[in-house]
Amino acid sequence: MPQTNSTSVTIKLFARASELTGTSELAWEIPTNLTVGEFRKLLLERCPELQSVISTLFIAINAEYAQDQQIIAEGAEIACFPPVSGG
Amino acid sequence: MNMSSDPLQKKVSLTDQKIDTTQLIEFVTTPQAGAVVLFLGTVRELTNGRRTVALDYDAYPDMALSEMNKLVDETSQRWPLARVALVHRTGHLQLTEASVAVAVSTPHREDAFAAGKYLIDELKVRVPVWKKENWDDGTTEWVHPSPTGNHPPAQEP
Repeated sequence: MPQTNSTSVTIKLFARASELTGTSELAWEIPTNLTVGEFRKLLLERCPELQSVISTLFIAINAEYAQDQQIIAEGAEIACFPPVSGG
Repeated sequence: MNMSSDPLQKKVSLTDQKIDTTQLIEFVTTPQAGAVVLFLGTVRELTNGRRTVALDYDAYPDMALSEMNKLVDETSQRWPLARVALVHRTGHLQLTEASVAVAVSTPHREDAFAAGKYLIDELKVRVPVWKKENWDDGTTEWVHPSPTGNHPPAQEP
C-alpha cells in the first residue's frame, strides 16, 4: 500500500450540527491514523461554529458508535450528531 | 431467551408514510403469544407550556436501522419474544400522528409490557433519529436532550 499522510473521509452532520454548519455532508482529507478524539478537535478547528455543541456530539464511524481512542480508517464515513431525540 | 429454535420474526423499519398499526398488530399476533402490546409515540401539543404545531423527524437511516435491529436482538435475549415490530416515522408530522410504534408479542403479558418498555426506552437514547419542534410562534428548534442522562454508546468491543 502506498504510504500517504492523509486519508479521505466523508463527514455526515445531523440535526443541530447540520443546522449550525449549513451542510449535511463534507468530503475531507484528515491525517492518517487520527483517533476519534483527535478528530473531534480537528472538527472544531475546521468548523468553529460547532463550539456550542462540540462537547455533546456523538461520533459514529461507518454507522457504529465510536470510542475516542478508535483510529479512523481510509474511506470512513464519520457521522457527528448531538444527542438523539427520536420516539 | 428466544425459546424456539427458529430465528426471531421481526419487522424493523423507517418510513415516511403513516404507520399502519393494524398491520403491525397482525404481524405480531401468533399462536405462541398470549399477549400483544402496542406502544405508539404520538405528536403532543404542549411541552412545558409551549405549543407545538408539528414535528419534523430526521434520521441517519443506515445507522438507525442497524441500531434498531441490534436493540431488537438484545431484547430477544432478555425476554421470550414471539414476534416484534419496531417502526419509526420520518418527515413532517402533525399533532396526534404516531412517530414511533413498538409491537411485541410474548406468551405472557408481563414480558410483553417489560420488553415493549425496554424497546422504546432504549430507542430514545441510542437510535439516531432527531425531532425538530415547529412552535406556534413560527420558530423551529431541534430537540437535543441533555447529555447528562442515559446515553450511548452502548457498544460491543
